[in-house]
Amino acid sequence: MSTDKIVFDRVTATFEVNGQPFHAVKDLSLTIADNEFVTVVGPSGCGKSTIMNMAAGLLIPSGGEVRVDDRPVKGPGPERGVIFQQYALFPWLTVRQNVEFGLKLKKISRAQRNEVVERQLELTGLTPFADALPKTLSGGMKQRCAIARAYAADPSILLMDEPFGALDALTRVHMQSQLLETWRQEKRTVMFITHDVDEAVFLANRVIVMAARPGRIHRIIDVDLPAERTEDLRTSPEFTAIRNEVWNSVYHQDPPPEAGAPAQHDPPDDPGGEGDQINKGIWSPTRHHNPGP
Amino acid sequence: MAARSSRTRRPVNYWYHALGVASVIGGLGLWWLASVLNPTTLPGPVDVAARAGELFLDGTLQEHLLASLQRVLLGFVIGSGLAIPLGFLMGWYKPFRAILEPWTQFFRTIPPLALIPLMIVLLGIGEVPKVAVISLAAFLVSIVATFQGVLNVDKTLINAGRVLGASDLVIFRSIVIPASTPFIMVGLRQGLGSAWATVVAAELIAAQLGLGFMMQRAQIYYDLPTIFVGVVIIGLLGLVMDRVLLWADSVLTSWQERR
Repeated sequence: MSTDKIVFDRVTATFEVNGQPFHAVKDLSLTIADNEFVTVVGPSGCGKSTIMNMAAGLLIPSGGEVRVDDRPVKGPGPERGVIFQQYALFPWLTVRQNVEFGLKLKKISRAQRNEVVERQLELTGLTPFADALPKTLSGGMKQRCAIARAYAADPSILLMDEPFGALDALTRVHMQSQLLETWRQEKRTVMFITHDVDEAVFLANRVIVMAARPGRIHRIIDVDLPAERTEDLRTSPEFTAIRNEVWNSVYHQDPPPEAGAPAQHDPPDDPGGEGDQINKGIWSPTRHHNPGP
Repeated sequence: MAARSSRTRRPVNYWYHALGVASVIGGLGLWWLASVLNPTTLPGPVDVAARAGELFLDGTLQEHLLASLQRVLLGFVIGSGLAIPLGFLMGWYKPFRAILEPWTQFFRTIPPLALIPLMIVLLGIGEVPKVAVISLAAFLVSIVATFQGVLNVDKTLINAGRVLGASDLVIFRSIVIPASTPFIMVGLRQGLGSAWATVVAAELIAAQLGLGFMMQRAQIYYDLPTIFVGVVIIGLLGLVMDRVLLWADSVLTSWQERR
C-alpha cells in the first residue's frame, strides 16, 4: 500500500522569460505513495501545474527526473490520466465517444469497451446524456465527462490540474464529494492541483504547500481526518484546524508570521473562502505568468 | 446550425426576414424607376427578365452557364483539393512550412488574374489556362485557411489526446482534422468566391463560351439587357454556391458552440 508511486527526484524546470532564466520549479523532491490522494496548493507561479505536467510527461524537466513505478517519465502514457481545468473534451464527439476515446486506442473488443463506457457513465451520472455533444452540457457535467474519460482508460494515476477551478462554489462542493466517492470505489493515486485551501484539505491524505520564485515545496501537511469525508466534516473543528494551518502556510510564507503579517490576511470565518483570494495575498505577484509547456 | 435554426423560428426573426424581402423589392423598384427615367440607356428589370427568357429558350444561356460552372467547379476542386493536404502538412510539419510559406506568401500578393497573360502565352487559349488560374485562386485561399486552422487547434485537446495514449497519427486524424474543419470551411467558402470571381474575368479576356464571354460579346453590340442578365445570373449562382457550402459547414461543424 505504501509503495512509492510517483517520485520527483530533484526536478528543475527552467523557462526563458524575456531573455532571463526563470525557475518555475527548482530542486524539488517529492514522493507520492500508491493509492494516496495528494493535493498541491500554492500561490500563482509556484510551479504547481509545472510539476503536474512533468508527471504527465507533457513537460520534460530541465534537471532531475520524475519516476513513475520506478521508471523515468519520458512522455505521456495511458497509465497516467490527466484532467484539465478547461475540460478538454473533444467537442465533435458525443459524451459516449469522448469516454470511449482512450479505450479505442487500446485495441480491446467492442463489447468490453461498451461495458467500461457504460460503467463510467453510470458512475458519473452521465448515462442520460451519453449521446449529447459537449456543447449542450453544463460545466460540471463537462468535467464529469472528462473524469469518466480519464477513468475509462484505467490509469493507475490521476493527475488533476485545478479541475474544479472553473465551476461555481456549489457545483464544486458536489464535484469534490463525487470525486471522493468515485475514488473510494476505484482507488487510484491522485495528484490534485488546486488553489482552493478548503478543497485541498477536504480531498487529501496529504497537502503539499508550494512557494514561488523559485517554485519549491514549502510544507507538507498531513490531513489526519477520517477516511470518510462527509459534508459535516467541513464545519468540524478538526477540519477547521487543519484548514487554518494550510491557509497560514499558503498565505503567510513570506514574510514569516512572526514578522507581523497584516490582519487582512487572516483566514476569513467563511468556510467557503475561495481560491481567488489568493490573488489578494501578500505576494500580489508581479508576474501572473504561469509557465506551461 | 441546429442551435441557430431553432432560434430563427422565433417570431422576432420573421420581422428580419420581412425586412430582407422588402429590401430586395425596394431595390428592384429603384432599378425600375431609374430605367423609366433613362429609357434609352438603362434596361429595367422587366426587359432583363424578358431577355433572360429569350436566352434560356434558345439554349444559349444554359450553354454559357454550363461552361462557366464547369470551369469553376473543376478549378475549385483541383485548387482546394491540393490546398487542404498541403495546408495540413504546412501546419503540422515545420520543414514543410519553411519550404511552402515563401511561395504561398509570394503568390498571395499577386491577383490570379494578373497571371492570365502569362498563362495564355504558356498554355494557349484553351480550357487549361483558365482552369489553372481558377485553381490557383482557390488554392491560395484554402491553403492559408487550412494552415491557420491547424495552428489554431487548441493545444489542450492535443495534450488530452496524448495523455490518453494517442500516437501522432491518431492525434492528426482524430483531433487536428476535425478541430480545423471550421477554418477549412471558411477557406473553402472564400476559395469558391474567389474562383467564381476569377472565372468571369478570365472569360472576359479569352474564351469562346461562358458567362463572361456572353457579356463581353454583348458589350460589342451594345446589348445592355444581356449584360444585365449576365450580372444577375453570376450574382445568383454565387449566392447559391455559397449557401450550399454554408449548409455543408453547418452539417460538418454542428458540434461548435455558436453564438
